[in-house]
Amino acid sequence: MIRYTFYIAIALWLAILAGLKLLVRPPMPASVMMIYMTLSTLGILVFVAANEERFRHFVAPLKAVFEGRAPKAVQALVLAGIPLLLAWGAWLRTAPTWDAPYEPRVVHPEPPSGFALHGKRIETAGLKNPLRTADAATLEKHTAEGKTIYYQNCFFCHGDALAGDGHFANAFSPIPANFRDVGTISMLQESFVFWRVATGGPGLPKGATPWSSAMPVWQNLLTEEEMWKAILYIYAGSGSTPRTWEEEPKK
Amino acid sequence: MAQAITTSAFHALKGTYKGVVKISLMLAATYLVAQGLSSFLPAADYRSLFGFSNRTAVWVIAELHLMFAAFVLGVPIFAFITEIVGVATKEKRYDELAREFTKLLAMAYTLTAVLGCVLLVLFIVLYPKLTGYLSGLFKPTWLLYIVLIFGEVIVAYFYWYSWDLLQGAAKKWHLVLGLLVNLWGTALLFVADIWVTFMMSPAGIDDANNLVSLWDAINNHTWMPINIHRLLANVAFGGAIVAAYAAVRFLNAKTDEEKARFDWMGYVGSFIAIAAFIPLPFAGYWLGREIYQFSEQMGVSMMGGSFAWLWILQAMLIGGLFLASNFYLWLGMGRIPGAERYTKFQIGMMIVLTIGFIVWATPRSIIASGAEMSAMGGSHHPFLGLFGVMAAKNTAVNLMILTTFFSFMLYRRGNRIPVVAWATAGKAVQALVIAAAAVVVVGYGVYSYFVPSITRIGFSVYQVSAVLAAMALFVAIDIPLLKGASVIGAIRWGQIPARAQYALFFLAVSFTWLMGLMGYIRSGIRQYWHIYGRVMDESANAYTMSHGHATIIVSCIVVIFFLLVSVVFWLAARNDPPPGPRPAGGGDGGSAADAASMPLAAASLGRPGGSGAGGRAA
Ligand code: HEC
Ligand code: HEM
Repeated sequence: MIRYTFYIAIALWLAILAGLKLLVRPPMPASVMMIYMTLSTLGILVFVAANEERFRHFVAPLKAVFEGRAPKAVQALVLAGIPLLLAWGAWLRTAPTWDAPYEPRVVHPEPPSGFALHGKRIETAGLKNPLRTADAATLEKHTAEGKTIYYQNCFFCHGDALAGDGHFANAFSPIPANFRDVGTISMLQESFVFWRVATGGPGLPKGATPWSSAMPVWQNLLTEEEMWKAILYIYAGSGSTPRTWEEEPKK
Repeated sequence: MAQAITTSAFHALKGTYKGVVKISLMLAATYLVAQGLSSFLPAADYRSLFGFSNRTAVWVIAELHLMFAAFVLGVPIFAFITEIVGVATKEKRYDELAREFTKLLAMAYTLTAVLGCVLLVLFIVLYPKLTGYLSGLFKPTWLLYIVLIFGEVIVAYFYWYSWDLLQGAAKKWHLVLGLLVNLWGTALLFVADIWVTFMMSPAGIDDANNLVSLWDAINNHTWMPINIHRLLANVAFGGAIVAAYAAVRFLNAKTDEEKARFDWMGYVGSFIAIAAFIPLPFAGYWLGREIYQFSEQMGVSMMGGSFAWLWILQAMLIGGLFLASNFYLWLGMGRIPGAERYTKFQIGMMIVLTIGFIVWATPRSIIASGAEMSAMGGSHHPFLGLFGVMAAKNTAVNLMILTTFFSFMLYRRGNRIPVVAWATAGKAVQALVIAAAAVVVVGYGVYSYFVPSITRIGFSVYQVSAVLAAMALFVAIDIPLLKGASVIGAIRWGQIPARAQYALFFLAVSFTWLMGLMGYIRSGIRQYWHIYGRVMDESANAYTMSHGHATIIVSCIVVIFFLLVSVVFWLAARNDPPPGPRPAGGGDGGSAADAASMPLAAASLGRPGGSGAGGRAA
């Protein structure tokens, strides 16, 4: 086995590439692909180099080619192959495409320390959902009202299943948030979500793209209480809970 | 003999006295310069340094000061540990190693103090208003700091100069001194952290920013976590610098003895670096959580917001550290007879490490083109998104820690075969312990996707506990297991491929880079605040600079640091041997005559052709 280290390494590399390209659906963005392949390459190389014997067998074919001991055809193939690969890479990087340019996206920008709500200033720090009570019946009532608000307002974009796939969803870029995703509301405190709902796309801070978010400024259309109710619902409806710190043991 | 002792005691006192005078002069000069400049310059809230950005000036000097402080804190910890090992194993070479590095301290202290004094002047001159406010608030701690500086200098110099005096029966007193040096150093770090952390998470002041409780201001949210994280990082850093130094010397070594000695030195350095590195992620996680808890805004901007991209760099460096550590250990096993028995585990371990690295480095905010976004259905990839969150990263890093630990244990066992009656059962239990920890880590990792965040956070504690418990249990079994084990063959020190030494060098550079980078993140997330939420930065430099610009500054600092460290090594090598009798006894490497007639460091560094190598060291 160890004699074929070089070929196994190449085969493994190709297999990982193929696996990531073909098996991951939807296809992963080129930037992530780049990270994954770089790290896989690194892993393979470090593994090969971490043992003298493996390393010797790994470089043996390379030495054979570059010291002129390999068959002529193989030498020609390698020597022609390297510039061709580089050329291909250069072409890929420079060829014009129709694709819209990269848009670095900060999914969760830092919230401001305070923001304007119906003319008064709200401090983000310590902001809590006033309707999240321990009383189950009241909570359920508020959540049910939130559900109505959701279907009257948010449903068109964020979808029936709260998965960011409403009727209008595909008309927007970025598309509406998927509340079922572990990376959205379930990792945010309610104060953050409230800020996002109240100030919408236009409320995103300067440092954070996209500035093109279609998320409306809900404080222009809903009361404070209605927004909190909608928030209760998007958590309950998506089966998630807000991030909290309270119950933690105090250090 | 009695006279020799008196002379060396005299020299010890004299050396210490000189150190104290040096520091006093330096502090006095700083005081005069600062006073002079502030009475001479027109009053202002901010000043710039001959048109040079005041932020960059303070940044570069503060970071360099911090790195040197880490060096003078980390190296004595390293020296102290190796000295204890020397006493415990009765092996002379550990004592010599400890001595060799303690020798660097005098030089390094001076440099640290100079940088500290420059920093203080810069604070007073460039940020007069803020400095005035902070020093008013923290006056008692400033005084304490100065007392500690003197204490540290006295103890550390005495530690060094009394090395030969306190040998044999008196060795325990030398160990006490070593302990004191480290306690003192740790206290210094804790005091300095007060000011840093207060600016992050102010406490103990009222709405008008007047002091209400000094203790609350000291014991603010992030103080302890930063203390612990920095302390561990400094130990790792000290070890890594030692290892890097050894690596450079190894690569330049001319003889087999030298190779053997520096190979061994590199191993000891890396051992301590990696041992301290293993708990770092836990401490870091705690720190991150406290920041988040203090201010969601800061937490989000650190992990998810604009600074998220720098964490990708951090992930790259840390993943690299894990790979390099294992790489070094595995190559090192090549020189241990019998260790080839464990080569078969490497493939599995590499798979865990690589996958862990991949998960650790998966960005939370993915860069994607328009077409890719619509294919993914949003900027969240439904599958990759799973890796972007903390639960996945915790799982990954815990597995990587476990793997690295396992590498270590295999290395330890390399040339030994347990002979105790219960060997088979013992090994089976050990395997079980590791497997159980892995199952707990993965199990909770997966389960955490199905529970609310509050429960999820608790899980990371279980994961950490499982890993820590597994490591403790493993070692607890390992020690009796290997008692009197039969040895297959002696370790062939020096017979390690050169590329292993580059891995050691990589460790040191990565640690230094991490320090610069993370320090910037910590400071940067305050954005336009001096004291978060309380005192605004009203200077022209209050903006958050681009990551490209910031990382270039950090990288420059790292380069300057390594240049300065090389100077320290070089000067230490040129220094005259300190007076006083040296106990006889050969070094591990260099000829016995050499080592007996002059201190080890000078013996090996000052050798013809060796001092140049020392100059390039680290
Ligand atoms: C016109 C379409 C549209 C409607 C209607 C809409 N949203 Fe959104 N929403 C978006 C888009 C697009 C995003 C993603 C971009 C962004 O973060 O701004 C988003 C993001 C969000 C986020 C941020 C999630 C995160 O992880 O950062 C929350 C919370 C949210 N919406 C809540 C609501 C609520 C509650 C309603 C109803 C009151 C609502 N949205 C109605 C388009 C919409
Ligand atoms: C995974 C292993 C980790 C390693 C090896 C590591 C290493 C380091 C090092 C070397 C430093 C510099 C310390 C110093 O200045 O003395 C540092 C600082 C820091 N780390 Fe980590 N860290 C790790 C994990 C984390 C995590 C998980 C977090 C938080 C989410 C974190 C947050 C920080 C912060 C905020 C600082 C800056 C503190 C300062 O001002 O010095 N670290 N880390």
